[in-house]
Amino acid sequence: MPESRHVVVIGSGPAGLTAAIYAARANLGPLVIEGEPSSTTDQPGGQLMLTTEVENYPGFVDGVQGPELMATFRAQAARFGAEFLTEKVTKVELSARPFKLWVGDASAAEPTYVADAVIVSTGARSIMIGLEAERRLMGHGLSTCATCDGFFFKERDIAVVGGGDSAMEEALFLTKFADKVTVIHRRDELRASKIMQERAFKNDKIEFLWDTVVTDLVGENKLEGAIVRNVKTDETHTLAVAGLFVAIGHRPNTDMFKGILEMDDAGYLITAPDGTATNIPGVFACGDVQDHTYRQAVTAAGSGCMAAIDTERWLEAHRKTPEAFTETPTEW
Amino acid sequence: MAENTFTISDATFDEEIGASGEPVIVDFWAEWCGPCKMIAPVLEEIAAEQAGKVRVAKLNVDDNPDVARRFDVMSIPTLIIFKDGQPQKRLVGAKGKGQLLEELAEYL
Repeated sequence: MPESRHVVVIGSGPAGLTAAIYAARANLGPLVIEGEPSSTTDQPGGQLMLTTEVENYPGFVDGVQGPELMATFRAQAARFGAEFLTEKVTKVELSARPFKLWVGDASAAEPTYVADAVIVSTGARSIMIGLEAERRLMGHGLSTCATCDGFFFKERDIAVVGGGDSAMEEALFLTKFADKVTVIHRRDELRASKIMQERAFKNDKIEFLWDTVVTDLVGENKLEGAIVRNVKTDETHTLAVAGLFVAIGHRPNTDMFKGILEMDDAGYLITAPDGTATNIPGVFACGDVQDHTYRQAVTAAGSGCMAAIDTERWLEAHRKTPEAFTETPTEW
Repeated sequence: MAENTFTISDATFDEEIGASGEPVIVDFWAEWCGPCKMIAPVLEEIAAEQAGKVRVAKLNVDDNPDVARRFDVMSIPTLIIFKDGQPQKRLVGAKGKGQLLEELAEYL
């Protein structure tokens, strides 16, 4: 028999954990299915787990370490009774209430959980360049985690691909170890925030390769270099680097919801303009999974709070007809 | 430390891994690596549950750079499974318990 819950939160970044804090304080006993360990941002705690210093989260005058901030969020949710499952949701069925969720074996006949309401906060994960060689060299010079792997590039030359805040943060972090960090960016200007741009420009160890893309990687068992092409002149050359860190953007974690929840062309979930409701009543979405504009920890947390309040009100409005949660409703 | 999990170093690596009758999963990790910390309890669980079949050895790459270099570890967490002192399989990056058990199935 599947376990029955009022509210299940899928995902555990700033959005999911804030939703859990609010839902727990509203006595909804939320279960947070927080994801599984990984070396990408698709992991419990989300994108902040792979960052170091977070300087713009309000309330921390001197900044705070990303993983530490997320541990604090989680402890705060647990304090009010939120429960956690460190696994991944593998399948959902949202066409009938109660909603069905599978954890582990997606082909099992019975779902693992049924829930009256679901909050989707699965976030986004960083994308790779899409080269055949990436698979071969991942962990052998190619990395998705600067905080994990920077150490192995002491006094070496490395490169960071990307022009946003994440790329600048990685480049700056990596100067602690590497002799030289080349930032490879496909345009002639950065989209990183002004403060991050200034820091990167001021750092003697950071050099920029503008209007440039990586077209292939060199090295059989270990990265030796990147083949780069200038998109304006079409000139190609090989940049000798021992390490390559990719920070070229994100993709929402919504594969599981394809054909079920409305999403835009890029896969971001579409929510009501005045809140967090999705196209399915009782399913709410918050954080980066539905936000390709702001993508900040504080906006994610804010929308997580909204999702929990929306959920609480929705459950309250429908609690008058308790059978609605066990029967397949036709119209509410 | 949990049952069936032990710590090795540059100095003890050859002796401990070479002399082990059972396969050993060597966990290359460091204090500053978030994903390493996340899989540590998962590995301890696996070691305890699979006692008699496999053991887990933890190697801190900060304190023991020689072994890490010898096996070309450039990303952590990296898990290398040793049998009769020889490396058999390498897993790079953190993974959930289910996926780890699948990858380790042939040694369990």
